[in-house]
Amino acid sequence: MKKSRDDYLTLFFISIIGFYILISLAFPMYAILSKSFENKDGDFIGFENYQSYFENSSLVYSIYNSLFVSIVTMVITISLAFVFAYALTKSRMAGKGVFRSIAMIPILVPSLLSGISLIYLFGKQGIFRELLMGYEIYGPIGIIIAEVFYTFPHALLIIVTALSIGDARLYEAAKVLRSKSIRTFFTVTLPSAKYGVISAAFVVFTLVITDFGIPKVIGGNYNVLAVDVYKQVIGQQNFEMGAVVSMVLVFPALIAFAVDRIVQRKQVAILTSRSVVHEPNESKTFDRIMFGYCSVISVLILTILGMCLYASLVTFWPYNLTLSLKNYQFDLMDGGGWDSYYNSIRMASYTAVFGTIAVFAGAYFVEKARSLKTGRSILHLLSMMPMAIPGLVLGLAYIFFFNHPDNPLNFLYGTMAILVICTITHFYTVSHLTALTSLKQIDNEFEHVSSSLKQPFYKTFFRVTVPISLPAIFEIGIYFFVNAMTTVSAVVFLYSSKTTLASVAVLNMDDAGDIAPAAAMGMMIFYTNAAVRIVYVLITKKILVRFQNWRLKTA
Amino acid sequence: MEQYLSVKNVAKYFGKFQALNNINFDVNEGEFVCILGPSGCGKTTLLRVIAGLESQSEGTIQQNNNDISLLPPDQRDFGIVFQSYALFPNLTVKDNISFGLKTRKQNRNEIDSRVDELLKLVGLSDHINKYSAQLSGGEQQRVALARALAPSPGLLLLDEPLSALDAKVRQHLRLEIKNLQKQLGVTTIMVTHDQEEALTMADRIILMNNGVIEQEGSPQDIYSKPTTAFSANFIGTTNLFKAKKISSNSIEIHGSVLECNDNINDDVSTVTIRPEDIKISDSGEGKNILSGTIKELEFLGSNIRGHIEVNFESDKAIVLCNFAAEFIQNKNIQTNASINISLQPHAIKIVKE
Repeated sequence: MKKSRDDYLTLFFISIIGFYILISLAFPMYAILSKSFENKDGDFIGFENYQSYFENSSLVYSIYNSLFVSIVTMVITISLAFVFAYALTKSRMAGKGVFRSIAMIPILVPSLLSGISLIYLFGKQGIFRELLMGYEIYGPIGIIIAEVFYTFPHALLIIVTALSIGDARLYEAAKVLRSKSIRTFFTVTLPSAKYGVISAAFVVFTLVITDFGIPKVIGGNYNVLAVDVYKQVIGQQNFEMGAVVSMVLVFPALIAFAVDRIVQRKQVAILTSRSVVHEPNESKTFDRIMFGYCSVISVLILTILGMCLYASLVTFWPYNLTLSLKNYQFDLMDGGGWDSYYNSIRMASYTAVFGTIAVFAGAYFVEKARSLKTGRSILHLLSMMPMAIPGLVLGLAYIFFFNHPDNPLNFLYGTMAILVICTITHFYTVSHLTALTSLKQIDNEFEHVSSSLKQPFYKTFFRVTVPISLPAIFEIGIYFFVNAMTTVSAVVFLYSSKTTLASVAVLNMDDAGDIAPAAAMGMMIFYTNAAVRIVYVLITKKILVRFQNWRLKTA
Repeated sequence: MEQYLSVKNVAKYFGKFQALNNINFDVNEGEFVCILGPSGCGKTTLLRVIAGLESQSEGTIQQNNNDISLLPPDQRDFGIVFQSYALFPNLTVKDNISFGLKTRKQNRNEIDSRVDELLKLVGLSDHINKYSAQLSGGEQQRVALARALAPSPGLLLLDEPLSALDAKVRQHLRLEIKNLQKQLGVTTIMVTHDQEEALTMADRIILMNNGVIEQEGSPQDIYSKPTTAFSANFIGTTNLFKAKKISSNSIEIHGSVLECNDNINDDVSTVTIRPEDIKISDSGEGKNILSGTIKELEFLGSNIRGHIEVNFESDKAIVLCNFAAEFIQNKNIQTNASINISLQPHAIKIVKE
């Protein structure tokens, strides 16, 4: 068939977005892979680096440590989150909205903030250190507690979704057949949530094994892979070994990613459009137990956050407990001062704006373009790749790729732009999936009608698709913003003295022993993200309703 | 009438599956053609090929003497209404209808008057500022029709436009669309799986099955002169029998020799007899008389359909035949009663397997 103007435009935009992902992901990943086969002079030496890696027992022991904390965290988080999700979806307890909001708090703070909080709670001068009965918080115990806090909301979101698709008709059938509620749980609830639970487990596993903020802050001498990458690069300037450890780290992340994709595909198959939403029955005892459980979890989450808040306001822990804003005088400390905070705001805003545009446009072409089937499949595949790459590895790959003297994009190195590019790419896949889900709900025939009416696709895009998708677009923007504020791993290798960031400042101040200011900076990130969330809710409630009144049944 | 659209030798493959096989037909200017067939017969694929939403693997399509085979949809001249209507939910009725008008550099007054004209045409003038969520299914359908007609396309394509509606609304809209089409004289192709819809609306029916055209003709012809067993069976209800040629005007069914009017070819294998063409013959008068037992009486409103176990020469077989409800009541006919029927010679139609 002949190509129309729309087809050429589609090709043009698909190429731009595809090219962006190539430059920001595929090329750097190639750079880091080849670096792991080179010596310091850049000569190819085959597997020599890998050989010396596996001969170094302390480095290899990190693999075991990483797997240990990741698996233990996975088991604990999934168990806790499953019951919490079960309470949110299958009980009629009071305060579901509040519990849900509290459970989401960890998403709004950098992962290492929970580590800092644990130091105040259980460290050498901690309030509850006796509770550990002689055990050290610095090490696997601290890492696991902090990682559970950090991964809890991620697991919860996935499991809640999985549990809420349980088809009410199945529950009714079970009831009519006089199935006992425990049997209903094992024959109806669990099977339909199975894939969600598996998916959540792998997401948690990946988050933990690739996280380096928490083990850095509270790991003590307990080495894990992610910290090894950081130490090899920042501490010993051994980039080649950093590349090798990165590749070792990518391996489990890739496997987890692959399993998750397979499982997700099965999940979709159960969800039919005819499913009826299940409304839980009232059971006072059950509701009370669930309420109690959720209260305990919420108190724990609030304690970790509250400890940080308190620590950031105390003048000099533990000797002078009068409250002051002394720790918020960031300009007096290392880490870049208040400029770091403002840089973070700028970085997060750029990421939100440009990331949302790129992701939504990309998803639109993948889902809605009429022609270029192959091109669209390639773009979709490229869009899925970032999820498989740990942020730390991506950041290191950027050094090798963008800092290479022969790279014409070398000028980006050390700028705000490279931070934004890296962050957009790091969080691209989840946003892409959100956009796809939203676009899939829009009738594909809109595009067909428009072309029969001789209208260019961009007119339909701006007049129909974008307005309908506004809620999803805002959701993606917020996701980018919040993650750009909290991310450490993706940007820790890439900031310069002019582009220090708040999340990195938390890390560096903690490293320098300024733990209270680190907590204060972490809280600044929390205040900002919480404020953005609240503003978002107000916007969706008030302003979006005005633009979305076409959803109402009556005029 | 002048030929407007011409589909020649069109084939479409999806991988190894052949969805369309050597499709040939013409549509005259101003004609209303229905493509009718069971689901999966390829009718929607054919419509999408005509629209350019799907590209044919082989063959050509000419519209208004231009070869449009390779043109993308936005360079073809058609308006389309989908089963889902695909109304833009965030635009008002007015903005939906004027969506296709705006790039044509018409001034606002022209656009407004065109929208008014179309709304009047479909009888929705009061709903101009409503959104589609605020309209009934039938109203949405009419807005979609008005939107498709707004740029005055040379060809109107309707993809199962009525199948999402309630039975009553559907009957009403059938007539309305048909009248609108006549009034505007726009050449129309409608795809449907509903034979009643096709029979009442179409000037001509193209009956499809398994990717090929089974039969093509006026609704009357398709109904009363089916050429294949599929046509006879798909449209209305019928009795199909395996048959053998006996002479130039007689055949054998289940061992019974029957007289018929059709010219009998040597390769006769199947005949069809419509239930309404079968007469009851109390007195045993008439031709092709067979005896049987009423096994079941099915109430269809004004008619009653009898399932009659007929004693053919070699074995028994069920034959369906229609009676007037009044007749059954007057004669007080019950199940298990014996009855004589006449398979009238002119009612026996020879079809291809």
